[in-house]
Amino acid sequence: MDIIVSNVLVLVGIAFAAAIILYLVSQKFNVEENPKIGEVESFLPGANCGACGKAGCHNFAESCVKASEEEFKNMYCPVGGAEVMKKVSNALGYAAVEKEPAVAVLKCNGTCENAPAKIHFDGISICRLADKISVGQTGCPDGCLRLGDCVKVCKFGALSINPETGLPTVDEEKCTSCSACVNICPRHLFEIRPKGKNGQRVYVACSNKQKGAIARKNCKVACIGCMKCTKICPSIKVENNLSYIPPEVSAAEFGEELVKNCPTGAIIMTKNSQSQNEDNNG
Amino acid sequence: MAKKKTFPIGGIHPDKHKITSDKPIVDAGLPEIVYIPVKQHIGSPAKIIVQKGDKVKAGTLLADADGIVSADVFSSVSGEVIKVEEVEGEFGYLESMITIKVEGDEFASSIDLSPDLIKDIPYEPQEIIEKIRSAGIVGMGGAGYPTPIKTSVPEGKKIDTLILNGIECEPWLTADDRLMIEKAEEIIVGAKIINKVLGIQNAIIAVDENKPEAIEILSKLTKTYVGVNVQVCKTKYPQGGEKQLIKAITGREVPSGRLPMDAGCIVQNVGTVFAIYEAVQKNKPLFERIVTVSGDECQNPQNFRVRVGTPASFLIEKCGGITENTNQVIFGGPMMGTSAVNINAPITKLTSGILLLSEELSRKLEETDCIRCGKCVDACPVGLRPFLIAQYTRNNMIDELKGINVLDCIECGSCAYICPAHIPLLDYCKIGKMEVKKTKK
Amino acid sequence: MLKISTAPHTGSSTDTQTLMRDVVIALIPAALVAIAFFGIGALKVIITSVAACVMWEYLVVRYLFHKPSTINNFSAIITGMLLAFNLPPSIPAWMVLIGAFVAIVIAKMAFGGLGKNLFNPALVGRVFLFISFPVQMTLWAKPNWKDFLNADVQTGATTLGILKHLDASTSATSLTHGNSALADIPDYWDMFIGYTGGSLGEISALALLLGLIYMLWRKVITWHIPFYYIGTVFLLTGVMWLATKDVRYEPVTHLLSGGLMLGAVFMATDYVTSPMSQKGKVIFAVGCGLLTVIIRLYSAYPEGVSFAILIMNAFVPLIDKYCYPRVYGTGRK
Repeated sequence: MDIIVSNVLVLVGIAFAAAIILYLVSQKFNVEENPKIGEVESFLPGANCGACGKAGCHNFAESCVKASEEEFKNMYCPVGGAEVMKKVSNALGYAAVEKEPAVAVLKCNGTCENAPAKIHFDGISICRLADKISVGQTGCPDGCLRLGDCVKVCKFGALSINPETGLPTVDEEKCTSCSACVNICPRHLFEIRPKGKNGQRVYVACSNKQKGAIARKNCKVACIGCMKCTKICPSIKVENNLSYIPPEVSAAEFGEELVKNCPTGAIIMTKNSQSQNEDNNG
Repeated sequence: MAKKKTFPIGGIHPDKHKITSDKPIVDAGLPEIVYIPVKQHIGSPAKIIVQKGDKVKAGTLLADADGIVSADVFSSVSGEVIKVEEVEGEFGYLESMITIKVEGDEFASSIDLSPDLIKDIPYEPQEIIEKIRSAGIVGMGGAGYPTPIKTSVPEGKKIDTLILNGIECEPWLTADDRLMIEKAEEIIVGAKIINKVLGIQNAIIAVDENKPEAIEILSKLTKTYVGVNVQVCKTKYPQGGEKQLIKAITGREVPSGRLPMDAGCIVQNVGTVFAIYEAVQKNKPLFERIVTVSGDECQNPQNFRVRVGTPASFLIEKCGGITENTNQVIFGGPMMGTSAVNINAPITKLTSGILLLSEELSRKLEETDCIRCGKCVDACPVGLRPFLIAQYTRNNMIDELKGINVLDCIECGSCAYICPAHIPLLDYCKIGKMEVKKTKK
Repeated sequence: MLKISTAPHTGSSTDTQTLMRDVVIALIPAALVAIAFFGIGALKVIITSVAACVMWEYLVVRYLFHKPSTINNFSAIITGMLLAFNLPPSIPAWMVLIGAFVAIVIAKMAFGGLGKNLFNPALVGRVFLFISFPVQMTLWAKPNWKDFLNADVQTGATTLGILKHLDASTSATSLTHGNSALADIPDYWDMFIGYTGGSLGEISALALLLGLIYMLWRKVITWHIPFYYIGTVFLLTGVMWLATKDVRYEPVTHLLSGGLMLGAVFMATDYVTSPMSQKGKVIFAVGCGLLTVIIRLYSAYPEGVSFAILIMNAFVPLIDKYCYPRVYGTGRK
């Protein structure tokens, strides 16, 4: 009996002593912090992706709390989107920032079929290096290298290499438009574009700046800078033999005509997600 | 003989394969068409001053240096300029080149074509630098840094040693080796010229011990020249690296992120020194160089004197052409060279060799798990930890990469060579450097 | 068609597989000595251990990791041989199977496989068995090269076991006094060639040295760890022996007996669980030597090599963090 009592006493004593030490240490090393930072941080996605331009979610929360109302307007978490920003602004008592949902698009359609491989890579696994030492498998100096640096850098698993086309595909559901792929691609093939009404977007899936004949030699669907699209919609610009469709161009209005009239098929339009859903239902 | 020197840490011993070291330099002859790139150096491309249809001679200025970090480009043949536009280069990218159709073989009249050796150096240092500048000379060891900048010492810096780099530590290549054997005295006079520019009497020709013939000839000749000496070095890769060579010869280190001048040294490749001799004493601009064509799939390996702009395929044909088993064609050495996408790409001022390698020698093996053997740490001549760089690069840890001095990597490839798990460590180092530099901008 | 790859375009012919194969070759002399002196029992233990390790590795990689089999890189064979070398010849096969399970599945695969384990798998297996089955693990057969079929196995204590149980008063006197326990200690030559009791692989310093020379010649390992490990043990025991003249501290006996040679040559030099830099290797080896001497002389166990190496294994990440070469052009004024 005595043994049990003494054991219990000793254990309780140790626990108590440890508790006191822990308490003292936590007091000593306690850092004063604005409680709002914690509150704001709790709303954030917590991926520390850096898409907001800050070092991480905590850093972003810190800057939000410190910011004046004017400065706060420039703060945006592209991952969390409008929903999260609304919560953050409510917590801080500022007006909410509105931004359109966006997604990354690949401005290259040099699939294995459209642009067959001419050069064989042996043991190269990084796009950024392959870009330095060769023009790439397809011979197109601005085309996708198909080694997937973007896939490796995406923190949300939104990118994957399609084994059939050889190109990365973007999962719209998962893409948070954080720009990691935009920054890592040595050929700057990704662009963050607004998702568009009903998920309909029209864009030029090519980045080749070579003259038409040279570009077509390597890739069937290269943009040749023929200017046809500029006649359909005047806000489309062609520079360096490459057409660029600004995000403002309405896909519903011009999309079909643009796609139909592009002689090489460089212009791509995504399907109307609503009608697609209806198709699926029906 | 004095003690053989080498750098203290790291280094590897790849198979030498110096099968062409006893093959005399032969003239490669003239191809039908040459492609002369306007950028054969570090810095900005030269400005083109000729037009389509112009007649040129060997030694005619084609493009003018644009700014200080740039170099003049000269025609290497006589003939007609038929195209001044972009042509597919070594990597398959279009590069700005001047295409010349060869007609006859006429040299510019200012060039002294006599074979006599001219020992007297009647010029003032400033005149010499001007002559080097107007001959378009760049570092021919591979980096292509314009030589005039390298030889003019800025105010406040003191140079006490000139090192002539005759190491040629890359396997297969023997261009510098043959040059030292056949043009030994010219190189020594070249060293005297640079000595005069720098105002010193201390030039050291560093040769590694697997070149006995060159060592013998050079040591015999240097006895009659004041201020030029031969230093034999142990054979170890990458002894020919500028920083490693300075450490081996003088025991000094170039501070991280600085130039060899900060260690009181100037290192010049022997090929560059020979070009300096020709420019100063013979008025001959840089439009020729020695190229080794070799490799285990090369049927007739040789050392050539080649006009800049000659397509590599022209040389390959001369050596028996590409065989069926050729897996890779490499411009430069197998350790730091690049594998060519386009074998019609021209020889530049910097191409020291063309190698035809079989699959057996050049195949990349599948990457397996790191077994922490530490061989990369032991092999790194800079004292880096390549395995850690690979880890950090994979995870995009830029600050950590900076912390372990990734920018000091000289990209010699010793780590990737030695790695038993076939991890492409050099690739990771290069990417790591790239990412760190990106954040600095 | 020409291929494009990144520099360097050539590589050394040494890969993981050849390195591991060289270690296996280096282990063969010690295995032959064990079989010669302990007979069929030793052969059984070695075969069981290697087969069990390879089997566990195959099962884990195939059915848990769902990856292509890694058994052809020889690392499981090495673990199997080293585990066998650390076991007494009379150990039952099912214990070997458990030891192999602990070594491969728990100490190696649970950490992620080759290259990621913190502790030497063979030693973890051995220590697990040693703590779980102390009786069977300390049943030391006497070597008898005439008795291959183990018809008449006699057991006795190991050299270190004898030294441990000497008390201070008797050991202070020298061998000439005819102390019975001291008479059991084999002479240097027997210890050197391995005609003494002990674990399978540790008995013969000669065979282990042959393996060491082979590995040094093939550049599998550098000399640092074996030299500093053995050197530290020799120096420390030597100093104590000179100071006290106590036969328990006699340095040559410490060098030739127990698992020191096996540990210093094959266990402490394991790539995965030793530091990467030369400086780190020296610290690691000296630490191993120090702990070995402390455990041998002051703890309840007669032998301390496996514990010493395992303890130092835990320090490897720390050593790696602070020991690395100075980067060229930095840190010197």
